[in-house]
Amino acid sequence: MTQLKNTALHSEHIRLKAKMVDFSGWKMPLQYNSTVKEHETVRKTAGLFDVSHMGEIGIEGKDAIAFTDYLVANSVDTLKNGQICYSPMCNEEGGVIDDVLVYRLSNSSVMVVINAGNADKDFRWITEHQEGFSVEIRNRSNEYSLMALQGPMAEELLQRISQIKLSAIPFYCFTHGRINGIKCLVSRTGYTGEDGFEIYVGNEASIPLWRKILEVGTPVGATAAGLGARDSLRFEACYMLYGNELTEEITPVESGLKWTLSMDKDFIGKEAIAERLEKGTDRILRALEISGKAIARHGMEVRNGKDIVGWVTSGMFSPTLGKPLALAYIDKGHSKIGSEVTVKIRDREVGAKIVKKPFYKGSVKSKK
Amino acid sequence: MMKFTKEHEWIEAKGDEGKIGISDYAQDQLGDIVYIELPDKGKKLKRGDVLCTIESVKAANDIYSPVSGEITEINDGLDSKPELINEDAEGKGWIVEIKLSDSSELDDLMTEEEYRKFAKEEG
Repeated sequence: MTQLKNTALHSEHIRLKAKMVDFSGWKMPLQYNSTVKEHETVRKTAGLFDVSHMGEIGIEGKDAIAFTDYLVANSVDTLKNGQICYSPMCNEEGGVIDDVLVYRLSNSSVMVVINAGNADKDFRWITEHQEGFSVEIRNRSNEYSLMALQGPMAEELLQRISQIKLSAIPFYCFTHGRINGIKCLVSRTGYTGEDGFEIYVGNEASIPLWRKILEVGTPVGATAAGLGARDSLRFEACYMLYGNELTEEITPVESGLKWTLSMDKDFIGKEAIAERLEKGTDRILRALEISGKAIARHGMEVRNGKDIVGWVTSGMFSPTLGKPLALAYIDKGHSKIGSEVTVKIRDREVGAKIVKKPFYKGSVKSKK
Repeated sequence: MMKFTKEHEWIEAKGDEGKIGISDYAQDQLGDIVYIELPDKGKKLKRGDVLCTIESVKAANDIYSPVSGEITEINDGLDSKPELINEDAEGKGWIVEIKLSDSSELDDLMTEEEYRKFAKEEG
């Protein structure tokens, strides 16, 4: 068995008495005090997450843009330097290898941010497909720490210690600059449904920056927040979690990610996806409101009468809405918004209603 | 006197009547509790049967009956306030009362002192 890795902020988590868990090869903070309280803090003020387990792959060279455009479904070519896109990275069948963020650093350099659990697979996939492109690919995951400050007060708090004018960073854009004197890359991105920033910083500077952000945040109630809250926050916002909503067997067409598909360029998986787009898909990702209080969990069957019509990908008790909710793939023909289905929770059939996504829209900005 | 199982349930018995819950260590391991699927009053259980299911923000967890018997009372308060278990697992967060069918089963359980040591080693 491979040894679990610690982030550069590990000692801070221990100091804050976090409950640590094994996550995709990393020892990560699940919660510091209470997942529900940390969730509420992010919705109301701001929470600081250590997400250094996320991987970063650097692609540089003359063909960096063209190559990345070939790897991912969304368009990197039409991004300006300083802009970011979210995209699935697909296999030939249109299944999702990973969902990534592409940072366009310059005309000859991008940074691809990948899920920790897919890091080795992604690096292999990317290097295997570089033939014919003039690029240099480097796994830079161990060079950076990544923290996310998320919540309606994120900008105000971070501005107090920032030498960058944060209000000038639009949604899904980034800049290089200094926060509390520490050199970093800051983007207005996140995974919570709230406004906020993700900050890439050298490992050696991560502890002072982490402490400083908590120091300015503590008087207004901002706290550190763990992976538990990160999951419940992304769930309410209906953001995809790789392994739950996204897998190598499901295309972005079924996942509701049509908006990420740039069909006027060539990319791996395009043909298969074009076919899905033309013929339509057998199923689609839907949001469910569950009756009562039992919680539908990943893998549970969705039924309509006696027929099995789908499966739950993620489900939990929503702290913000105060009721159990779920995301599920549901067969076409049973997937109309407003329809009633059931979920098999242990030995019971529990009623559920298909509702519009997302469950909750927070302070997150939109693209202009 | 409270007795404990290796699965982190407790029972406090007087004669053939007992009150059952989960330990403070268990609630801490589960994290925020959001729902308890409670059994019906009158349900008969054998030792080791699933007594109820506790849903935390993380997962669903089965709780097993430490003894055999019939459920005589359930803690109704848990329905609207499942967090009672987080707040006071070994007091106000009790789950059911049971009429024991064989009090000698208690002899197989750990004493509080034995259990605290066991939980500490597990943690």
